[in-house]
Amino acid sequence: MKAQPIGGRLVSPVTLVLTVLILLAAFFGAQRFLFGFNSVANINDGFPWGIWIAWDVVIGTGLACGGFALALLVYIANQNQYHPLMRPALLASVFGYTLGGISVIFDLGRYWNFWHILFPTYQQYGSVMVEVALCVTAYIIVLWIEFSPVLAEKFGWPGVKKFTGKWMFLFIALGVLLPTMHQSSLGSLLIVYGQQIHPLWQTMLLPLLFLLSAVAMGYAVVVFEACVSTAGFKRKIDHELPLIASLSKIMAWLLVAFIVIRLGDIVARGAFAAMFTSGVKSFMFWVEMTLYALPVAMLLSPSVKRDAKIYFLAACSMLLAAVLYRIDAYLVGYETGPGWNYFPAVPEIMITIGIVAFEILGYIVFVRFFPVLPGHGPDKAH
Amino acid sequence: MTLDRRNFMKAALGGTAAATVAVALPPNKAQARDNKSMPPKAVGLLFDSTLCIGCKACVNSCKDANGMPAEFSTPDKLWDTPLDLSGKTLNVIKSYAEGTSDVKDREGNGYAFVKKSCLHCVDPSCVSACPVTAMTKDPESGIVSYDADKCIGCRYCVAACPFGVPRFQYDTATPRIQKCQLCKQHLASTDAERKYKFAACAQVCPTGATLFGPVELLKAEAQRRLELEAGSAAVYPRGQIETPFPAHEKPAPDYKKRIYGDKEIGGTQMLLLAGVSFGKLGYPDLPEQSYAAKSESLQHSLYGGMILPLVALAGLAFAIKRTAGAHKNEEGE
Ligand code: SF4
Ligand code: SF4
Repeated sequence: MKAQPIGGRLVSPVTLVLTVLILLAAFFGAQRFLFGFNSVANINDGFPWGIWIAWDVVIGTGLACGGFALALLVYIANQNQYHPLMRPALLASVFGYTLGGISVIFDLGRYWNFWHILFPTYQQYGSVMVEVALCVTAYIIVLWIEFSPVLAEKFGWPGVKKFTGKWMFLFIALGVLLPTMHQSSLGSLLIVYGQQIHPLWQTMLLPLLFLLSAVAMGYAVVVFEACVSTAGFKRKIDHELPLIASLSKIMAWLLVAFIVIRLGDIVARGAFAAMFTSGVKSFMFWVEMTLYALPVAMLLSPSVKRDAKIYFLAACSMLLAAVLYRIDAYLVGYETGPGWNYFPAVPEIMITIGIVAFEILGYIVFVRFFPVLPGHGPDKAH
Repeated sequence: MTLDRRNFMKAALGGTAAATVAVALPPNKAQARDNKSMPPKAVGLLFDSTLCIGCKACVNSCKDANGMPAEFSTPDKLWDTPLDLSGKTLNVIKSYAEGTSDVKDREGNGYAFVKKSCLHCVDPSCVSACPVTAMTKDPESGIVSYDADKCIGCRYCVAACPFGVPRFQYDTATPRIQKCQLCKQHLASTDAERKYKFAACAQVCPTGATLFGPVELLKAEAQRRLELEAGSAAVYPRGQIETPFPAHEKPAPDYKKRIYGDKEIGGTQMLLLAGVSFGKLGYPDLPEQSYAAKSESLQHSLYGGMILPLVALAGLAFAIKRTAGAHKNEEGE
C-alpha cells in the first residue's frame, strides 16, 4: 500500500508527442513575446480575456483542485486523511497550479511588471484580482511544501520530513483555506463586469458557485486520474475504489446543491425567462445543467449498479459540466456589445495545448521517479 | 477515536463553513460601501448629440493634443479614419442611422451623432478592477488616468469598463492601455501660449456640442437645455462653460428628457444629451449602484482585515492537528 516510484522507460510514443507539442508552444510563445498578441492570438478589446485566462487559469486551476477537493471530502467523509489517493492528487495540483501561475506570464501584456501585483506599494485592495494573485501564489508554495515529503523520501532529506511532519497540520489547513478563497474569487472577478455578463451567469452568488464547481472539478479529476493512471501504468484500481465509492455520495449531494442554488438564484433574480429566450446562451445553460444532473442520477439512483466504469463516467460528466460552466461564465455569457466576437486562433490554442502537455509530461516523469502512486509497480500479469 | 474524528469533522466543517457561508451571504451592511461621491472640483464634458454635426474636428484635435498616430481604414490610407476607439484612438464620433435617415435627431428614418470617449465615472469600474493602481481617479478633478509604468497589461480594466473605453495595443511587444485623460497635461500646463488650454475636443468643437467645464455647471446647463421648449430660439455656449467662446444660436431640439451620466453606475463626469434614446447610441441602461461598489462590498465583507480567513485558518489548523494526533496515538498503540 505504501507509495512507490513505478519506474519504467521515459522515452515512449506518448512522451515524444508531448515533447513535440511543448516545442510547438514554445515557438508560438516566442512569437507572442517578440511581436505582440496579434501575431498569435485572437483576443481583442471586446474579448480581452481569451482561452489563456478562461482555460489556462480559470479552468486550469480548477482542474488542479484535486488536492483541495480530496482534503475537503476526505474530512467530511470522516476518513483517514493519509489515503493513497492523496499523493497523486497532490502531484496533479502541484503541476496544475504551478503551470497555471506561470502561464499567466503569457497573458500579461506588460509581463516585466508582473511583480507589482505581489507588492503592497502597488496593490489595489479593491481589486478581486489582487486577492486571486496573492492566494494562488501562496497556494503554489503550500502545495510544494505539502508535496515535499515525496521529494524528501526520494532524496533522503530527514530534516525536511521532520519539519513538514511537525507543521503539516498548518499546511493542510492552508491547503483547504487558500483554494476556498481564490477559487471563489475567480467567480467574484466577474461581478465588476456588471451587465456585461448575461443574467444566466451574473449573480452575487458567483463566488459560491465557482467554489462548488472547483470541488466538482477537483474530485472528478482525482477519479479520472485514478482510472486513467491505473490503465496507463497497468496497475489495479482496487486500492482506490472504496474511497471513491464513499466520496462519490458526498459529491452527488454537492452537485444537487449546485443545481438547486443555481436555479433558485436565477428564479429569485427574475431571470427565469432567460433560460429559454437567449438562443445559444440558453442552450449552453441547458447543456451545463444536463451534465450536472447526469452524475447525480448515476451516483444516487438505486437502480444503477455502481462499478469503476460508472464512477468514471460520472466523473467525466461532472468535469465537463464544471468546465463548461466556467467557459460560459467567462466567454459565452460575456457580451460587450455588437460587433465583437472571439474564437481562439490556432497558435493561441497550441500554446494552451503545450502547457497541458507540459503538465502531463511532468506527471509521467514524476510518478516514474518519485513515490507517488500506491501499490507495487506494474501488474505482473501483463 | 471515533469521537476525535467526529470532533475533527465538526471543527473542519466549522472552519470551511465559516468561509463558505460568508461567500454565500450577501455583503453585510457594515462592510458594504456606497457609491463614491463626486470629487469637489470635478471637471468633465457635456456632449449634446443634437448639436453635433459629425465634422470630427474633435477626433482630429484629440490625436494632435495627445500625440496619437493616425489609423487607416480605407485602402488608399490617405487620412485618419478610425472606426472605433482603439490603441491608437481616444475619441471617436459615431453615427446612428435608421431607414431613410431623413431627419437629424429622430429615431425613425432619422440619424444622429454621438461621441465615444472616457466618461470619467465618479466610481469607475476600471479603477476598482485594476490590481496595481495603474488606473487612478484624481481626488480633486476626478480625472481618471493611466500609468503605464505600473500597469501589468492584464486588461481587466478593458473588460470591466461598462462603456468599452480603455483599449489595449495588441500589435506591439510593449503594449499599453490607451484612454482619454481629459487632456490633463494641457490643463496642468502653465504655458500661456500653449495650443490646447483645456480638453482639445471641446476647444475645437464649432457648435458647442462638446463643452468643457466643472461638472456642476455642466449639469445645470444640461438641465437648462432640457427645459427649453422644442423649436424655441436658444443659445449654446461653446468651448468651456466658465469663459465660453461666442455662443452658437439654434432652435431648441426635442430632447429625450434625460441626462445620461447623471445617475448611471453612480454618475459620470461626461454628461450626454440626445434626441434619440441613448440605447440606440450605444449607451446602455445601467443601474444607479456602481459595479465597483458592488464588487468591493463583497470583497470587503469577505476579506476585510483578513479576519474571516484567519478565523477559518485557526479552526482548520486546530481540527487537523487534533486528528493528526489521534492518528499517531492509534498507530502507536
Ligand atoms: S468610462 Fe470606463 S475607462 Fe472611463 S472612467 Fe468609466 S470605467 Fe473607467
Ligand atoms: S491592464 Fe493595466 S491599467 Fe488595466 S487593469 Fe490591468 S494593470 Fe490596470
